[in-house]
Amino acid sequence: MSAHAAPEHGEYTGEIAKPNTAWIWKTFWILVIITAAEFAIAFSMTSPGLRTLRNTIFIVMTILKAFFIVGEFMHLKHEVKSLIWTILVPTALLVWLVVALVTEGSYVGEVLSHMFSS
Amino acid sequence: MAHSTTLQPNAASAAYVDAPRTGTWDGGNEPFKASYGKLMMWFFLLSDAFTFGAFLTAYGLIRHKHGVFTGQAKDFFFSTAHWPIPEKVFNAFPGLHGIDLPLAFVAFMTMILIFSSVTMVLAVEAGHRMDKADVQKWLLWTILFGSIFISSQAWEWTHFINGTEAGTRMADGTIFHGANLTMNQYGPPLFADLFFFITGFHGTHVFSGICLLVWCFIATTNGTFEKRGHYEMIEKIGLYWHFVDLVWVFVFTFFYLV
Repeated sequence: MSAHAAPEHGEYTGEIAKPNTAWIWKTFWILVIITAAEFAIAFSMTSPGLRTLRNTIFIVMTILKAFFIVGEFMHLKHEVKSLIWTILVPTALLVWLVVALVTEGSYVGEVLSHMFSS
Repeated sequence: MAHSTTLQPNAASAAYVDAPRTGTWDGGNEPFKASYGKLMMWFFLLSDAFTFGAFLTAYGLIRHKHGVFTGQAKDFFFSTAHWPIPEKVFNAFPGLHGIDLPLAFVAFMTMILIFSSVTMVLAVEAGHRMDKADVQKWLLWTILFGSIFISSQAWEWTHFINGTEAGTRMADGTIFHGANLTMNQYGPPLFADLFFFITGFHGTHVFSGICLLVWCFIATTNGTFEKRGHYEMIEKIGLYWHFVDLVWVFVFTFFYLV
């Protein structure tokens, strides 16, 4: 998708090109629709039994939104591969840290509740 | 003028008598095809992502350490024994006192921030076209939306701190309204601490962003970027602004939805 890649910085000649904004509004609507869907799910899937499924959907949708914000608005999708990986690899390690410590948190809670309450 | 391989626009002027050296081992390479400033903004944002990542990691650990309310949502009550359900905490809207509107205000705030991101890209796009008037217009919209966002956050904090009329009976028998760093009516004390720190840190970022945008607007109006021949500064500030929006997407999911 090089159609909306940043044009070369040309010499300023005084004439102003027409705006090319269709892709911006497309991304906007994608973000709005995902957010609206999140609210719909927040209020329709209220059963405690569906909590894990619901949270999984939320996290997938969040990553999807992040993809559009970083990829399109921050233009990362249109950068060279090495820059994309430079940003993504450390972030992926961060995701692992979150997963690891969430698991650790459940364990800490379990241990504390077994030790301090009978 | 196509991109030349040199990274130093005016390096040849004073210090160097010779033409700048542009060989591979003289720093003439640009492997990421991004300017120095943009690249450094990316690396700064990566380090900032670590900061927010640390917050979210701490949040995840502390939340999973606490008990979960296992009943139906309609039977939910505030207690330090379990983590609160967010839609029971954040259910107020300015001007609509006493009406239960779960997550309505945070939905409004989220929309405002998405809008501000769009107007920010529009400013960057206008900068590519050297359209000074459009850059000014979209920067002003972005500043406006950003300001609405932090004003909303100020209201949300005020409401959170003052609490509801009913309050919650604490362990010592007294009724406590609202929240501070050591006590709150909504649940475990750490819930309020994390709320203050995570949304506060994010709000600080939004505030810094607004300051940068105001500066950008003044520089645009003065013709600084036009004289420079490019509006790359708007792009760099834009990267920062989208990052703040991105952080909100995660805060929104993990603090308000999950």
